[in-house]
Amino acid sequence: MRFLFNLFVLVVLVVALLVWAQLPWYAVLALVVLFAAWMGLSRRGRQAASVTGVGISTLRQRLGSSSVVVIGIAGVVGVLVALLAMGEGYSETLRKTGSDDTAIVLRGGSASEVSSVLTHDSILVIEQAPGIARDKQGKPMTSGEIVVAANLPVRGGGPDDEGSVQVRGVDDQAWAIRPNAKIIAGRAFQSGMRELVVGQGAQRQFVGLQPGHEVKLGAQTWNVVGVFASGDAYDSEIWGDAGVVAETYRRGSSRTSVFAKLTDAKAMDTFKATLASDPRVQVDVDTTLNYFSKQSEGMSKVMRVMGITVGLIMAIGAIFGALNTMFAAVAARAREIATLRAMGFRGVPVVVAVMLETMLLALLGGLIGGLLAWLIFNGWTASTLATGTTGQLAFTFKVTPGLLWEGLKWALAIGFVGGLFPALRAARLPVTTALREL
Amino acid sequence: MKYFHLIWAALFRRKTRTVLTLVSIAAAFLLFGMLDAVRTSFDQAGKSANGAQRLQTGSKLSFIDTLPQGLGDKIAGVHGVKSVAYANWFGGAYQDPHNQVFTFAVSDNYIDQYPEVQVGDDARKAYLNTRTGILVGEKLMEKYHWKVGDKIPLQSNIFPQQDGSKNWTFDIVGVMHPADQSVAFYGQMILMHWKYFDDAVMKGYNDGHVGWYVTRVNDVNQADQIAKAIDAISINSDHETRTQTEAAATASWMKQLADIGLIVGSIMGAVFFTLLLLTGNTMMQAVRERTSELAVLKTLGFSDRDVLAMVLAESVLLVLLGGVVGIALAAMLIPVVSAGSGGMLNLPTVGADSWLLGIALMLAIGAVVGAIPAWRAMRLNIVDALAGR
Repeated sequence: MRFLFNLFVLVVLVVALLVWAQLPWYAVLALVVLFAAWMGLSRRGRQAASVTGVGISTLRQRLGSSSVVVIGIAGVVGVLVALLAMGEGYSETLRKTGSDDTAIVLRGGSASEVSSVLTHDSILVIEQAPGIARDKQGKPMTSGEIVVAANLPVRGGGPDDEGSVQVRGVDDQAWAIRPNAKIIAGRAFQSGMRELVVGQGAQRQFVGLQPGHEVKLGAQTWNVVGVFASGDAYDSEIWGDAGVVAETYRRGSSRTSVFAKLTDAKAMDTFKATLASDPRVQVDVDTTLNYFSKQSEGMSKVMRVMGITVGLIMAIGAIFGALNTMFAAVAARAREIATLRAMGFRGVPVVVAVMLETMLLALLGGLIGGLLAWLIFNGWTASTLATGTTGQLAFTFKVTPGLLWEGLKWALAIGFVGGLFPALRAARLPVTTALREL
Repeated sequence: MKYFHLIWAALFRRKTRTVLTLVSIAAAFLLFGMLDAVRTSFDQAGKSANGAQRLQTGSKLSFIDTLPQGLGDKIAGVHGVKSVAYANWFGGAYQDPHNQVFTFAVSDNYIDQYPEVQVGDDARKAYLNTRTGILVGEKLMEKYHWKVGDKIPLQSNIFPQQDGSKNWTFDIVGVMHPADQSVAFYGQMILMHWKYFDDAVMKGYNDGHVGWYVTRVNDVNQADQIAKAIDAISINSDHETRTQTEAAATASWMKQLADIGLIVGSIMGAVFFTLLLLTGNTMMQAVRERTSELAVLKTLGFSDRDVLAMVLAESVLLVLLGGVVGIALAAMLIPVVSAGSGGMLNLPTVGADSWLLGIALMLAIGAVVGAIPAWRAMRLNIVDALAGR
């Protein structure tokens, strides 16, 4: 009988946790309102409220052990939110890159710009496809671009510490296609010259990328003439004239990709269909928005899985810590609880009271953990060699309200599990035994 | 040791509490074991004794740029160089263009530079005699259920053949078994003949270029000098090179992926701080509860020092028990995780170093959390304790 009951509790627990994980915020709010109504209106609810009141008023005597629950859960939530914020920041940076009315054309079957090569002939074909917007002079707004990697000394590293930066050779139209990118210092490069503009992220990361300085890309010296900001993945790049970059890197007239501004987002289908049916070219066409989001998929998944795995293991540790604390709390208050029950309080208010106490501690822990993660990690800059590019992608940790909410949910779930069993024990302890207990 | 049974009995005086605490500790050390495996896998890459004998020479321009083939002879002429091999990136994909497989086109002696990658004699012979032959890593063979003798299609996402098709077909002639953790990635890799590749690829795509050179040196201590000498060959040409020891090359590559050490370190800090608090609390409770028992012990003639030692030993034992369970769990879970990631992660099992570090941590944590309760137990006044004051 006892075994069956325990099994039943376990099943209910698992179901409750699964439901809890899916619950949106308004459902939780409704749950809270419902619970508060029960506490205020029904007889048992009022009993539960008063028992909880007693428990909370004696918390101070159990300050040491209660703070274990709070700090333990704060640790779990802090680490979890920080790790998830890393993944969030990474994919956010790539998600912000591109728009749905610009297209990127790569050679068919290329997973990314790095592995794509387009010949001069196919670029001419692509430029004539319908759906491409034209500028005031009637020129199609396309930019044949070339992506290569360069090694540059890393800021704050040793003398031999070099990092990889993505160098993008672009056409004059590149700025019109990407209205986000603006020169914030110096000037734009002149076509045909060995001049570079650097993204603000790249400037932060590598040494010597100030306007007026010279940098060596391989055997040639280039002048840095300006800095641009775009607030997305391009921030980590260095731009120069496509022709000059191609010549430096011995790519002749080939390019890696063509970016095109479309007349509007709806023109994408025609544009894509035309190129797909053209026998002269074999290309993949996508919106830039889609392309960059796709690039982030794998990496952000890895980061998310890592965060949740670490969080889960820590949560198991914290659950058992909470169980321990709450069992001790119930044992310490066994007499008091038994007295209440001897006076006629039923099991439910006692269970609710112990659960509520744990959940409150957990909530506090979750808030502290989330706050710490936000204070320490929000806006923290990190960088990684991103998939599909040849350079470092700088991104900032992003502690979003959504992540904080997720952290709080974890905290409450831990509190729920950690409180449930001690609560059941308190309610089921035979009154006579409990009264005798020290 | 004489009092071991006493300590043991005290430890399991309250079974539920002890077990719950043990699980918490085990969880913390499970995490420790797994994170430490990540750390060591980053640390170890390229750091074997053989790795130190190898130098990698790539284009200084960037890692995607190529070098002329003639450079190999000049490198071989550098004093102290034992042998030179070269390789090029092929960019293979199997079945789906996005399903990438690490494929290198390599010179015939390339595999000799890696004695820690085991290839059978027959396989080696078959490889040398088959133009379209490839050597495949053991993990990859398992993953796609390939057998030696299979013909497999690979798409290159960079290189077309003479007829313009990017579909290539190869014969599996042998399997590579990496015998050392530092070359584990060879288990996921395909090596093909550079000569065949360079002949069959469409004109204008490769033209006798190689991606990088791998050089073995006679004397490890001269590696730095030799690296400088190799770079000096092509200085001020339009093919400047950058030569590094394998370990240095891997380290700088890893550094670019993310600052792993920092992330691992901060997680570890959070975990252990939490753990410290949890175990400390349990020990405090245990001692508080046993006040009268400890007083009885003292009455029986146990000295203050004995009591101190027993409480300390109890707390160390508690952490040690939980910790060993945790790391053992990690050792069992890591192969599962590695297998589950489909080759993306390749973690070594918990090595002797990790065990030692883990046990040192357990002893230290046990001592720290036991200190205050043990101190209290030692200072216990018999009369007061027995009276319950």
